[in-house]
Amino acid sequence: MTANNTSNISFTVNGEKFNNVNVPSRQHLADYLRSQGFTGTHLGCEQGACGACTIEMDGKAVRSCLVLASQANGSDLKTVEGFDDQMMEQVKQSFLKHNAFQCGFCSPGMLMTTKEILLSKKKLTRDEIRSEISGNYCRCTGYQSIVDAIEECINEIN
Amino acid sequence: MDDIKVNQNPKLGSIDRPNSYIGRSIPRQNAKKHLDGGGQFVDDLVLPRMVHVAFLRSPFAHAEIKSIDVKSAKQSDGVIDVFTAKEIDEVCKPWIGVLGHLGEMRSPEQSPLAKNIARWQGEPVAVVVANSRAQAEDALELIEVDWLEKDAQVDMETALDPNAVIIHPELGNNLFWTRTVNQGDVDKAFKEADAVVETTLDFARHTGVTLESRGIVADWNKAENKMTIYHNGQAPHMMQHIIAKHLDLNEGLVRIISRDVGGSFGIKVHVYPDEMAVTAISKKLGRPVKFIADRLESFTTDIHARCHKISGKLGVDKNGKILAMEIDDLSGIGPFSMYPRTSAIETNQVLNLSGAPYVIPNYKAVGTVVFQNKTPMCQYRAVGHPIAVAITEALIDKAAYKIEMDLDKIRKINFIPDNSYPNKSPSGVPLEDLSHQASMDKLLEIMDIKEIETKKKDDYEKGILSGYGVISMCEVTNPSPLFYGVGGAHISSQDGASIRLEGSGAIHLSSSITEQGQGTEAIMKQIAADQLGVKLESVRVTLGDTDATPYGGGTWASRGAGIGGEAVLKAARKLKDNILNIAAAIMQTDKDSLDIEDNNVIRKNGGEGISLQKLAETVYYRGHEIPKGTNPELLATASFLIEGIPFVFTNSAMGCQVSIDQDTGIIKINKFWAVEDCGTQINPKLVEEQIRGGVIQGIGGALFEECVYDDQGNMQNATMADYLVPMAYEMPDIIVDHVTTNSGRSIIGAKGAGEAGTGGAPAVIMNAINNALKQVGAEVISQPITPEKVLKALGKI
Repeated sequence: MTANNTSNISFTVNGEKFNNVNVPSRQHLADYLRSQGFTGTHLGCEQGACGACTIEMDGKAVRSCLVLASQANGSDLKTVEGFDDQMMEQVKQSFLKHNAFQCGFCSPGMLMTTKEILLSKKKLTRDEIRSEISGNYCRCTGYQSIVDAIEECINEIN
Repeated sequence: MDDIKVNQNPKLGSIDRPNSYIGRSIPRQNAKKHLDGGGQFVDDLVLPRMVHVAFLRSPFAHAEIKSIDVKSAKQSDGVIDVFTAKEIDEVCKPWIGVLGHLGEMRSPEQSPLAKNIARWQGEPVAVVVANSRAQAEDALELIEVDWLEKDAQVDMETALDPNAVIIHPELGNNLFWTRTVNQGDVDKAFKEADAVVETTLDFARHTGVTLESRGIVADWNKAENKMTIYHNGQAPHMMQHIIAKHLDLNEGLVRIISRDVGGSFGIKVHVYPDEMAVTAISKKLGRPVKFIADRLESFTTDIHARCHKISGKLGVDKNGKILAMEIDDLSGIGPFSMYPRTSAIETNQVLNLSGAPYVIPNYKAVGTVVFQNKTPMCQYRAVGHPIAVAITEALIDKAAYKIEMDLDKIRKINFIPDNSYPNKSPSGVPLEDLSHQASMDKLLEIMDIKEIETKKKDDYEKGILSGYGVISMCEVTNPSPLFYGVGGAHISSQDGASIRLEGSGAIHLSSSITEQGQGTEAIMKQIAADQLGVKLESVRVTLGDTDATPYGGGTWASRGAGIGGEAVLKAARKLKDNILNIAAAIMQTDKDSLDIEDNNVIRKNGGEGISLQKLAETVYYRGHEIPKGTNPELLATASFLIEGIPFVFTNSAMGCQVSIDQDTGIIKINKFWAVEDCGTQINPKLVEEQIRGGVIQGIGGALFEECVYDDQGNMQNATMADYLVPMAYEMPDIIVDHVTTNSGRSIIGAKGAGEAGTGGAPAVIMNAINNALKQVGAEVISQPITPEKVLKALGKI
């Protein structure tokens, strides 16, 4: 494979169709999404350790820096820009109320992880919430406010 | 959110009046964009004809660059050009990281790209400019450098030995800076002491690990002779000056725009060679150039922090009264002192802050700062505090154990009394408006040491080692011109605010303080709306743009609320005065009979008022309707700076309770308490989040974080999988409480709150661990306190 190889793929992002687009074969999905203006997906480490780039791919949370853009062929993708349903709006209000973010760089990934927690319908303890978000790095908050927000969402939404 | 009412500052008026926002935990109104994916970070910016760079960085800690061949790289796909030091130096003048007010500092000239010799692994050597970052990285592989690897001076402890590798031969040795403080007569006092204790502590290097890495887009517009820089920094006006100075540009035609910043913690307040190279490249090419550090670049080129070995000695009498303290600190700063703040300030603060909460009549401190072939070290959140607080509090615990006194009691005996300010620290630094006694009392009230002692005994019987610690500390905030400006650095200690009533009736505020997520915009809005008497949502805020905000220092050393906030308060009061003067003229009444509530000028005694919208429309569009001679100015500006003292200190007391697994050496922080006295809290929730975030960063330094180097100066763990940062699972909930002693330096009375957590947590955690280990005669003295070090201390490995 050379640097110039491309793959022809089709997929959706937040419901918008991307048909027969050529993506560089070596480009990861986060870089591709950002190049298309979905800049809410952030890159912190590009090795899957920080969780900032976590998005939804066919209903599951994935690290978009560890997925090649070409692997998204046929997938439905959802980025933070598409988190606009009633449940996620409630989650956002809870994050605001508890100040569950400061700089906002980890928030898109943290919201995706929260979404997965809520969709699992599990009643988690604070320790279990901490365990669930342990793949998402936040340097600002110290996590307590994020745990507070997610705990409140679990109680109110599930 | 519960509306927490903590406003105890009579200068601000009653909290029960309409539009009283100071002292309330109001969610940040500006922040939802981040949850909608709408933040605007540097890497989100795309400009026409923008190109990208990748740096060739030294793979060696110390090596001669015998030759660089860039011919093949220049032919690579998408490459615009490749530059080495020679071409960049034509555009950008070198700098020297020294200040003039702290005695002799010796650091050599530094240029954007290494010339002839590379002095740390990661130092930029050449740079590829291409249409994409990926193409620039491809071309890096085609640059051929003929390296001659040299011996590296990695260990700071041997940096001054006669056979050390001299990193800058022109300086003769590896000494950057040294300072001695000598108050009283320590030698005599130690002889008179009933008990003398000693210890030596090690603090590893760690680094900021901001989730958003450093980034810059430089855009030279040749037609206008204007340089626009989009930069995720903390001090836009400082950068404006520096870029103009070193690129020989008209300072007024350099514009720095700092939009959203993904965390900074001091990392992003320094001048970095790669960022200066990017501005030079834009000047050369006449087009926008983007550089976003990848994580490897962050670990090897963001400034590192700490890197200290400190010895201390404390003498007390039989009643626990401290007679003398002596410290000797050694710190390694890499091969250059950072520009323009220098890499001396960390050690300077260790000397200033050690022993600071206590009456210590005899105090001696020596600080030595040396060069080494590692990443440059410089100021990071809680500059010098963790070292100063840890050595002080470790010695005090040791003294308490030796004379068999309770850990809280020995502190209470020695505190500088709350009613004795203004006072001075043992090092001679002026202190005022502090409350160590009240804060410790509050801490003991919320943490219940008796219960913890009982649990400790129970745990011990079960084979668990548990322990606790309590500490007190001073926190440097709100610095004055005596911090940097006096030493010759163009770093403003003054901040400005500009506020106006617009034609629509809305309020626009701009401030020279910047936002990195702390909530600057939110608190500025709260202050402005509170002081003017308008609804919060009618205030719009502009920050982080040298063309659009008043001149000022920016955000660092916890100065936003206390200095920038006071400027906003004063500007808002001036605007209110102007508005009421105009209203009085229009309404044909006495100004003192009027006030502003909910965006309306009201008559205090009832009767018809006038809305701010209507007043603004009258002034702006129908100015002929206002009486002649009325000042029509609906714009007010104000500035503020701290005068006469170096800093406005905040104080804090912290406690924690830990348990240790004797088989694995794993430490669990079960509980953590922090009592902070930062004066007026503009938004208590945001203050608490500063403390919590700070404590967690302190826990990172105490237990996890370390830039590990081999003996050749290669960083061994420069990835986020290998460098351990605090993640949610290991972190405790933190109980935060307050004592409020307003700063007498301002109307608003606010001090800073961003440093204490990071500055105090390493000390209290280490003390708690040693309190637990003491039961089996063990001790740890090196941070991060890893399970391996605990097991070694326990004699298990």
